[in-house]
Amino acid sequence: MLYVYVGLAGALGALLRYEIGVGVHNFYGGAFPFETLAVNLIGSFLLGWLTHFLFRTGRLSPMVVTALGTGFIGSFTTFSTFSVETIVMIEARNLVGALVYVTLSIGLGLFSSWFGYKLGHRRFRRFEHRKGDVS
Amino acid sequence: MTILAIMLGAFFGAMARFGIGQLVKRWTASVFPWATLFVNVTGSFFLGYLFNASISETVLLGIGVGFLGSFTTFSTFKLEVMRFVTKDWIRFGLYLFATYVGGILAAYAGYHLG
Repeated sequence: MLYVYVGLAGALGALLRYEIGVGVHNFYGGAFPFETLAVNLIGSFLLGWLTHFLFRTGRLSPMVVTALGTGFIGSFTTFSTFSVETIVMIEARNLVGALVYVTLSIGLGLFSSWFGYKLGHRRFRRFEHRKGDVS
Repeated sequence: MTILAIMLGAFFGAMARFGIGQLVKRWTASVFPWATLFVNVTGSFFLGYLFNASISETVLLGIGVGFLGSFTTFSTFKLEVMRFVTKDWIRFGLYLFATYVGGILAAYAGYHLG
């Protein structure tokens, strides 16, 4: 059953990724893949935050944690599209674009994940603190 | 039709990624995230192949955007890389390097075979 939940959550995550891509294309029709970069950065931030706060609070069942983290956010973000977009830019002789894209993906991706961890960790400490006051 | 193709592909893509993670966990106790590295590199190869192959729009959306888009993941990869920060710089560098270089080279190989 867990597999089905991961699949269903993954289908929703992918749909949201696609819709954001279509939305971005309506505003910007250029060659730089802002939409993939955006979903990857948002997803990395969210997974960092969820993993270090909400998933640790014990409020969600392990099934929901896996469906949300691995299914929804895992599918919302993507690596294959990033790789192919980089190759398409290289093939179009847009080496500067490809280099900028890879650099931003590495740098901002690590930053987003770290920022999610940082905020989530802080939030979790406050959560623990308050729990201590009550008991 | 477009949305249905993407969701159907993604349903199986996410399950396949999760399944590979579970299998790898059973085989090895290694702290290195082999499962994510595997899905990201192979997924990049197949998307490169599909992208340059003559296939219909619906198939590209279903298998490319849906299945392979969900089979590979960026958020889990970054979360795993960050786990190595300050604790294990060698694995941090190796994992980052293997995913980016492996993924982009795989996409290149797929693109030229497609």
